[in-house]
Amino acid sequence: MKFPSASSPPAAPESTPARPQGLLAGRLHLDPPLLTGLILLCGFGLIVLYSASGEDLAQVERQLIRLAIAFSVLFVMAQVPPAQLRRWSPWLFGAGILMLIAVLVAGQIGKGAQRWLDLGLFRFQPSELIKIAVPMMLAWFLSEARLPPDWRRLSIAAGMTIVPVLLIAKQPDLGTALLVASAGIFVLFLAGISWWLIGGLAVLLGALAPLLWYLMRPYQRQRVLTFLNPESDPLGAGYHIIQSKIAIGSGGVYGKGWLNGTQSHLEFLPESSTDFIFAVLAEEFGLVGILVLLALYLFIILRGLYIATRAQDTYGRLLGGALTLVVFVYVFVNTGMVTGLLPVVGIPLPLVSYGGTSLVTIMAGFGILMSIHTHRKLLPP
Amino acid sequence: MMASEKRKKRAIQARQQSERVLPSYAGRRRSLLGLFCLAMAALVWRTVDQQVFETDFLQNEGERRHLRVVKVPAHRGMITDRNGEPLAISTPVDSVWANPKLLDPDRSTLAALEKVLGEDRDELRRLLARRSDRAFIYLKRRVNPDVAQRVMALAEERDLSGIGLRREFRRYYPAGEVFAHVIGFTDIDDRGQEGLELAYDDWLVGEPGAKRVIRDGRARVIKNVENIRAPRPGGDLTLSLDRRLQYLAYRELKAAVQRHKARSGSVVMLDVRTGEVLAMVNQPAYNPNGSHAGRGGVLRNRALTDVFEPGSTMKPFTIAAALELGRLTPASPIDTSPGFMRVGRAMVRDIRNYGMLDVAGVITKSSNVGASRIALDLPPEALWKAFSNLGFGRVSAIGFPGEAAGQLSPYQRWARIDQATLSFGYGLSVTPLQLAQAYSVLAADGLLRPVSLMRQAEIPEGERVMSAATARAVRLMLESVVSPAGTAPAAAVPGYRVAGKTGTVRKSVAGGYAQDRYLAVFAGMAPASDPRLVMVVMLNEPSAGKFYGGQVAAPVFSRVMAGALRLMNIPPDALDAPRVRLAGGAVHP
Repeated sequence: MKFPSASSPPAAPESTPARPQGLLAGRLHLDPPLLTGLILLCGFGLIVLYSASGEDLAQVERQLIRLAIAFSVLFVMAQVPPAQLRRWSPWLFGAGILMLIAVLVAGQIGKGAQRWLDLGLFRFQPSELIKIAVPMMLAWFLSEARLPPDWRRLSIAAGMTIVPVLLIAKQPDLGTALLVASAGIFVLFLAGISWWLIGGLAVLLGALAPLLWYLMRPYQRQRVLTFLNPESDPLGAGYHIIQSKIAIGSGGVYGKGWLNGTQSHLEFLPESSTDFIFAVLAEEFGLVGILVLLALYLFIILRGLYIATRAQDTYGRLLGGALTLVVFVYVFVNTGMVTGLLPVVGIPLPLVSYGGTSLVTIMAGFGILMSIHTHRKLLPP
Repeated sequence: MMASEKRKKRAIQARQQSERVLPSYAGRRRSLLGLFCLAMAALVWRTVDQQVFETDFLQNEGERRHLRVVKVPAHRGMITDRNGEPLAISTPVDSVWANPKLLDPDRSTLAALEKVLGEDRDELRRLLARRSDRAFIYLKRRVNPDVAQRVMALAEERDLSGIGLRREFRRYYPAGEVFAHVIGFTDIDDRGQEGLELAYDDWLVGEPGAKRVIRDGRARVIKNVENIRAPRPGGDLTLSLDRRLQYLAYRELKAAVQRHKARSGSVVMLDVRTGEVLAMVNQPAYNPNGSHAGRGGVLRNRALTDVFEPGSTMKPFTIAAALELGRLTPASPIDTSPGFMRVGRAMVRDIRNYGMLDVAGVITKSSNVGASRIALDLPPEALWKAFSNLGFGRVSAIGFPGEAAGQLSPYQRWARIDQATLSFGYGLSVTPLQLAQAYSVLAADGLLRPVSLMRQAEIPEGERVMSAATARAVRLMLESVVSPAGTAPAAAVPGYRVAGKTGTVRKSVAGGYAQDRYLAVFAGMAPASDPRLVMVVMLNEPSAGKFYGGQVAAPVFSRVMAGALRLMNIPPDALDAPRVRLAGGAVHP
């Protein structure tokens, strides 16, 4: 393809996208549109969090500090060239798996699940690392050979996904397991496995659903039952979902106004600043607020997908696509849960929910995306 | 060529190949975008559904959760004596409640609650576990204000949900056991359980108000929105009882019951002119401020609920009936010799042979034979009517829960011996209140007024059941009882003319009458010239040696009546009488 240009003479005969220019993109390896979207979203999130926390400035401050750390991580990741990431992929993956095993053997127990690893100075959640390590590993592994992958590579790649997913599910942390699994599946899907295989797997999964039911823990079964009929136990398991439905619905089109939500301010809505913050937003900002939020997510995700398609190599393409789509899964599963579209799965609303660990991971993912986009090279002639 | 270079080259080739061999990436991207749009559409549809179409319903649901109508407890009415002295008052207190579904009873919370409430922590834990399906239980009722404050501070500090306070009223009885039987008490839910608290519960209880409040998810009231209905406080009760007279009667009765080792006792004092009860006390008594479980006997207001055979205290009414019929005059001679008489196969006896007596003598000597002779001379119907008109055999107008009617069998069933024994008070049963009411007819010149425990705004109209002349004549005879020649000189009150009658009643037991168990009674009035107060004193089974009504009951009458006459500023009618008690207390003949 040739781009006739008045200002610059055709420098190279095979000039694909030009090397990014400017301070942000060129020197700092940041992507201005994506960065803008992220900052707007986080800003909106802080406003909602202030209300959801019961006007607790200290909580907002803590979240600000976490955001600062998360943006720093984004900045650092953006400086690492994709080739470097590519080399790290297997090591990162291996370390992640080892730490997951360590967590199961000697982890910290919090809220009934073993998820934390105490490293002396700070506590660390290996499942967060694996959220990025799995797509990196799969992208590296699959891009090493011709695509679409043959049966042998496909089964190895599937194994690389299933092993960490099972380790996380054992903690138990269903939400993260779901996210890691979806990351793996997205890489495989983007690598071009045949539609026949996808269809076959879907049928198999459907057939295995009863078995899955048998394997579920009682509380997980309860969640599914509650999802199907929340009114069956309005004070117990159905409480969350009924209260959040009321919060969303009573917001109406324009909402009750910032700080005026009764469901969250009167403490009817559980987990209002973490997993259920979407309901607070819906109650106070109404349908308009929801559409603004979804528009911001839409912009960020589309920008991510755009970056993935413009990536110069398969590794970047697979990894960028998978990371972006995982964010989409985050958004969809969380909002679906809060609106009662999906069963209750403990997944936060990315970049808006109060909490630190997943924030850092997501920002690291966006850092990688920016790195992929800003480290493109002019192809050798 | 170096091996590494070769490998690199192959990798580049592979990569370049893959670029070409990946025709599906764009397609994958499109199908993903499609999926993406579908998911977004589902999400938007879902929120539009909730926020546009269901918003009214869900808003309503939300309000139902935080806008609540709660009860505002009404203040229970106060009970006072006739002079406005408080006898039962309600004070606001707080009760600590918990919602076992919300309260998470971990170890340190339980320990803290134990410290604040003073309840055993294991007990609390068991309580919460046992009621885990409930949304409301009391942890402790009626705590002191400082405890209530500490509980709320604890809940705040530990961020506890499912614990709170409820405003309640606690009933307090300043006069304690002195008024216990009349007033009764309320249960923990402030409903009357005994006495007037029970009888007038509907009047006293009032009507709780309602207000709309905003409640948060932990059921704490955040804000009052509006008052729907103000609580209507319960009505107050002004009793006819006089606290001073009540205390006096109680003190004297208690002392007498103790001195004579009686099983129980009652004193009833009536205001002759109004029919109001001025004092009504019993022994044994209880403290209405304490807990009342498992003490059935002491709870009874025996002056109303317990019946006894009135014995000789009935004789004046037998004589009154005969006088009314004109069968005899106060001067008519009655032959009581030889001290006993045969009626059918039964025998009526006097203690000794009194010989010829006049009618007054029958009273003074308390001759059973004399009374029987008088009664047997009357048609049974006339005697029955005379007794029945005085209120015997039916409940009074007092409206007290558990009041006994006593027994007066219909005259058609009377044998002659029944008619004879009735004349001296055996074969019927009465309550102390009924006896007092009957004596008040003699005192009120033949008018029967309904008795009442409430202060009467206006004097109720009396029903004439006896001519004034008869009443006066009998009263005059009754004065002789208190004379040194009578059976109860101990009932005399210095400065006042006292009329009355003793009764020393053998207690009926299964199959007849006990030989050594008595009931000592004295019924009387003062001042006899124009009676203002009527009083009945009854002691059940005095067992410290003395048992005659004149020995056991009459002194109580004397002391209480003397105090009452003084407290009520009733002028003496016997200042010129030979016996005047001077300041030194000596009795001058």
